[in-house]
Amino acid sequence: MTTIGVLAVQGDVREHRAMLEQVGTDTVDVRYVDELDGIDGLVIPGGESTAIINLLKRQELVEPLRAQIAEGLPVYGSCAGMILLSDKVEGREDQELLGGMDIAVKRNAFGRQVASFEAPVYCQTIGDEPFHGIFIRAPWAEVIGDGVKVLGTVTDHEGQTRAVALRQGSLFVTAFHPELTDDTRMHEYFVREIVQS
Amino acid sequence: MSTESDNLIGTDRVKRGMAEQLKGGVIMDVVTAEQAKIAEDAGAVAVMALERVPADIRAQGGVSRASDPDMIESIIDTVSIPVMAKARIGHFVEAQILQALGVDYIDESEVLTPADYVNHIDKQPFTVPFVCGATNLGEALRRINEGAAMIRSKGEAGTGDVSNATGHIRKILGEIAALSAMREDELYVAAKELQAPYELVREVAERGSLPVVLFTAGGIATPADAAMMMQLGADGVFVGSGIFKSGNPAARASAVVEATTNFDNPEVLAKVSRGLGEAMVGINVDDIPQPHRLAERGW
Repeated sequence: MTTIGVLAVQGDVREHRAMLEQVGTDTVDVRYVDELDGIDGLVIPGGESTAIINLLKRQELVEPLRAQIAEGLPVYGSCAGMILLSDKVEGREDQELLGGMDIAVKRNAFGRQVASFEAPVYCQTIGDEPFHGIFIRAPWAEVIGDGVKVLGTVTDHEGQTRAVALRQGSLFVTAFHPELTDDTRMHEYFVREIVQS
Repeated sequence: MSTESDNLIGTDRVKRGMAEQLKGGVIMDVVTAEQAKIAEDAGAVAVMALERVPADIRAQGGVSRASDPDMIESIIDTVSIPVMAKARIGHFVEAQILQALGVDYIDESEVLTPADYVNHIDKQPFTVPFVCGATNLGEALRRINEGAAMIRSKGEAGTGDVSNATGHIRKILGEIAALSAMREDELYVAAKELQAPYELVREVAERGSLPVVLFTAGGIATPADAAMMMQLGADGVFVGSGIFKSGNPAARASAVVEATTNFDNPEVLAKVSRGLGEAMVGINVDDIPQPHRLAERGW
């Protein structure tokens, strides 16, 4: 049986666990370092990235997580999780992150909450049918390293194409929130193609 | 030339979804950009920008209104976390102004002086989401029916007395549990008694929870208060006067955040409760004359 941990210091943990259980995995909350033992993969949920990193420091999880990421633990980050897994935040170089994926993200890239939106995400990796993306104060990947594969894109409010689903090795990120929909394809991709492969 | 965008903004899903991202977090009242920065550094998931914290509104009296746009803007410019702001109950123009300023959430709040004693704001047409207070399930469902995308149980704001917050979160969750245990044919009468739309009553009975996030607010002053609200089943907490009316706001803010995450771990709670300096001076809710009780505003 595959067990996926969901980082549970803050954010929409419950929704991710429900999705992961629907695709047939066991799930556990991760708030303390010993809860990283025995997991096959980890999800960093949506939430507030500054609050999450602050809490990860106080839970003494930052270094253990960086070490696990370096060792190849499969990790999926949505929205705040995408920010935390990126190497850099554009314009806020001082923001502390977990890092691991060779991208620079722009936070609140589409605008503040009044600009939060729903739109189709085109993602061939999961099939021809677009994914219904829910973008909430969402980031996009502004600078993308050579080893990073763009899996999904969306059209922003100005008509530009933006990278909003990416993969590098065992790390997978989406700027949108599949956990707020009924579509399990993103979680299925993470579990089947990264955790179980 | 920019292309016309088909992106859907201001949908129920993005309004409610925004509140989902705040779960397990602490939202703090702030009156200056400096306080907002302290809140962000302490790990707050959002700040509530207002001119006077409830304790001062209570002490100074007078009519309390939405905040100065300059002050809200200076807070928006200072922090990267979401900024909420309060509008008076029923004051839809204050809400329009707050939306134009780009605040991330509007609190239609009983802490300010109501602008309409009959109608709440019709929140559906707004792009910005709203949070509203409730003392019981019927009130929560009426607010959701008007378009609220998040509910906070009311406490008695500005007192440091957590007893009302406790009573109201217990009441709301108790009423939800009672609905879930009912036969389907009993839900019609339940809707009548709750004075709430049948469709929403039925949805709550089926889910066993509100269709939106439920935070708690009012009178929370210590890490232990926050943790108790989480153990009682709140999705997160608002802390108003409790932080910036205390002896050491930065330390207390930080401790409340840590307590909210570790709400079920008494060892961590004991550790973070130490050395915080003086808590805000409290007022017992019972000592406040009825007309000055804020939680009883709204219906």
